[in-house]
Amino acid sequence: MADSPIAVEHHNPALKHHFADMEQQREASSLGMWLFLATEIMFFGGMFCAYLIYRLWYFPDFGAASNSLDITLGAVNTAVLICSSLTVVMAVRAAQLGKRQQQVIYLALTLVLGLAFLGVKAVEWTSKFKEHHIPGPTFNFEGSIPSHPDQPVDQHHAQIFFSLYFAMTGMHALHMVIGVGIFSYLLYHAWKGTYTPEYYTPLENSGLYWHFVDIVWIYLFPLLYLIDRKK
Amino acid sequence: MATAAITAERENYLNQEYGIKSWLLTVDHKRIALLYLLSITFFFFIGGFFALLIRLELLTPAGDLVQADTYNKLFSMHGQVMIFFFLIPSIPAVLGNFLVPLMIGAKDLAFPRINLLSWYLYIIAGVLMVHCMLTGGVDTGWTFYTPFSTAFSNTKVIEAGLAIFISGFSSILTGLNFVVTIHRMRAPGMTWDRLPLFIWAHYATSIIQLLGTPVVAVTLVLVVLERALHLGIFDPTRGGDPLLFQHLFWFYSHPAVYIMILPSMGVVTEIIPCFCRKRIFGYKFVALSSISIAVFGFLVWAHHMFVAGISLYAALIFSALSYLVAVPSAIKVFNWTATMYKGSITFSTPMLYAFGFVGLFTMGGLTGLFLAALGLDVHVTDTYFVVAHFHYIMVGGALMGYLGGMHFWWPKISGRMYPESLGRLAALIVFLGFNLTFFPQFILGYLGMPRRYWQYPPEFQVLNVLSTAGATVLAVGYLLPMVYFLWSMRYGKVAPDNPWGASGLEWMTTSPPPTFNFDQPPVVNWEAYDYEHIPAPQEARSGG
Amino acid sequence: MSEHVVSAKTYIAVWLTLLVLTGVTAGVAFINLGPFNTIVALVIATFKALLVVLIFMHVKYTSEKMVKVVVVSAVFFLLLLLGLSLADYTTRLL
Repeated sequence: MADSPIAVEHHNPALKHHFADMEQQREASSLGMWLFLATEIMFFGGMFCAYLIYRLWYFPDFGAASNSLDITLGAVNTAVLICSSLTVVMAVRAAQLGKRQQQVIYLALTLVLGLAFLGVKAVEWTSKFKEHHIPGPTFNFEGSIPSHPDQPVDQHHAQIFFSLYFAMTGMHALHMVIGVGIFSYLLYHAWKGTYTPEYYTPLENSGLYWHFVDIVWIYLFPLLYLIDRKK
Repeated sequence: MATAAITAERENYLNQEYGIKSWLLTVDHKRIALLYLLSITFFFFIGGFFALLIRLELLTPAGDLVQADTYNKLFSMHGQVMIFFFLIPSIPAVLGNFLVPLMIGAKDLAFPRINLLSWYLYIIAGVLMVHCMLTGGVDTGWTFYTPFSTAFSNTKVIEAGLAIFISGFSSILTGLNFVVTIHRMRAPGMTWDRLPLFIWAHYATSIIQLLGTPVVAVTLVLVVLERALHLGIFDPTRGGDPLLFQHLFWFYSHPAVYIMILPSMGVVTEIIPCFCRKRIFGYKFVALSSISIAVFGFLVWAHHMFVAGISLYAALIFSALSYLVAVPSAIKVFNWTATMYKGSITFSTPMLYAFGFVGLFTMGGLTGLFLAALGLDVHVTDTYFVVAHFHYIMVGGALMGYLGGMHFWWPKISGRMYPESLGRLAALIVFLGFNLTFFPQFILGYLGMPRRYWQYPPEFQVLNVLSTAGATVLAVGYLLPMVYFLWSMRYGKVAPDNPWGASGLEWMTTSPPPTFNFDQPPVVNWEAYDYEHIPAPQEARSGG
Repeated sequence: MSEHVVSAKTYIAVWLTLLVLTGVTAGVAFINLGPFNTIVALVIATFKALLVVLIFMHVKYTSEKMVKVVVVSAVFFLLLLLGLSLADYTTRLL
């Protein structure tokens, strides 16, 4: 395995002592990152499992509760995240090509988009708070089943929807906050010129993390915002 | 005489640097293993202390030593400490950390700093757990079943939940490190079919840690949120389903049993060929059975919920799937036995533990089949039969393997030999004490004594007294090795590089190894367990 | 490894597709397709996720078999969790 002859790479200051060469080090980090993402899939998977079961049980009430979410804000946020994924791949590409200035611009754009997403999320949560849609003793949801307007919504079942809504979007937002932190760090280093075509592993792996968080949202948007919208 | 040896000692990972900082900030996998050894030993004695109080309470039918509430806390914290703070980190974090890089010929794990981070996470979790215990404890059982844990219990559920959540991250990081290390850091020539089976076992364990732990983590987050903010996801009075908690909990916690037992199987698979002087029988089957135990382990979780109200069809499916796990487990037992057949067996301390492991694991596994059978499970659910069954796996299996491994690799870890005759005596005491403690519990359970009660009808007393007596013997068996290991660090005979004449790269470096493990990067050009070509050391075999 | 430098054109094409699909999935939700509303939403989401994984996350270009194995097995175990849980919930006699 990986016992390639001593190469020029050996002198790269980013090479840790216990690796034979840069190639081995990069492959190890990449595999480590993917394994971490696998654990993330299972972490969100637990909540998706809960969501699936209650959606099957309480579909009409889930529909009513879902209709109270702002579909425009949800769609805009999806678009914002997709754009941020583009800026991330462009930043990685700039590093591969050794273009420092482009790296900095794309990373800054990513940060702006990430913060925009969190801002929209804050607006949504605030309005939920005002409408008493936060689960707990003050929870109150007035409304009727979308397909049967004469049938009132079961308060408890709607509360379960909002419990899951806040747990899932909250956990997602927490990942976004961590992502913003990581990308601020990357921006600083990109500005200093740390990442070169020979060494950009942190940028690449953080990019993988960012895309993963994007994918979670790609599922959350239809599952939370688009239940029983049909007229 | 020992001091003369110390001055002659060459530089190794223990004497290269001194001082508290050189330990607390170390990124050397061997030193981190020792940090783990100290911390899990601490938690083992805390958990053992709770066990002792439980057994003392059950000495008499009346609830005289502690009240019911206290008893509930005792068994809850016994379980939580022993499972999350001792058994799950035990072999992987101590022996695995120490041996995985050595066995595959690497300088260190792939991510040394993440390895240290995982120890710190464990310590943060441990401090939180100890704080929780000192300020009132928790009484939900180790299983945190809802809605009791979310709506009714007035103990420190949130704190205990968070402690276990954090220790889960520590476990995930260890698993991640192992998988990457095994894939990317093997020495030239160390192909997959030359890997020690200890490595295969840890690889399988790591898969479970990576894929299972996050699910229990998010479940505990939901429990904490539900308790703190009254969400209602698991609350039946508000449309929630408590069984959903059990599904998510056991999705991790059943495979978690294999996190505890697989590394032990790995240890035993190293010990048996060495003390039989034979190549392991059926290398590929043993390796693949580790992986299949890890995968099948994810298919069987609902057999913990047969009487909880899951659908009959689901119960049938899970019952049938549960038998699957028996196949790779049996393959392992047969292969160990076949390795011993016509072997030149030495009854050294590690081998005694390996014998104990094979016997006790077989009993634990077979009684597991009773429990997987839908009809019989209804009869013995929540009785001492279950308690006895899982202690045969976790103590008779996992802990025996851990002790066997500690003896086997102690010369490598410390550079000193432990006193062989005391070692054999302790192994015998552990085996006898264990059976005296837990065998009566099979009978108790079969006769109908339920678990988790602090009182019982007087007709169960004789068997309970036997069990408590056994626990006392067991305690002696556990204290002995600790005492003579400590003793040997100063007064033990200096260990040769390969005291057992064992195969494996870890024996080809010095005892204890240098900081970067090997003076020359090793190149492997022989097959695993090549005992036909390794001479048995007469001196070590005579024992003494 | 993902040494492979993907052209900016590919990235932009993927980005545009993802944006269009977001619009499509939101629009389709208002058309009554019966049970197919959910299915269409999930199919579109999965297609989008695949685009991100394969192109943005470079899985299509990587020579590393292990990365593909990790992705597939994580999804497999997630489906196990969902599937075997459903085996209980869909057959309960309540």
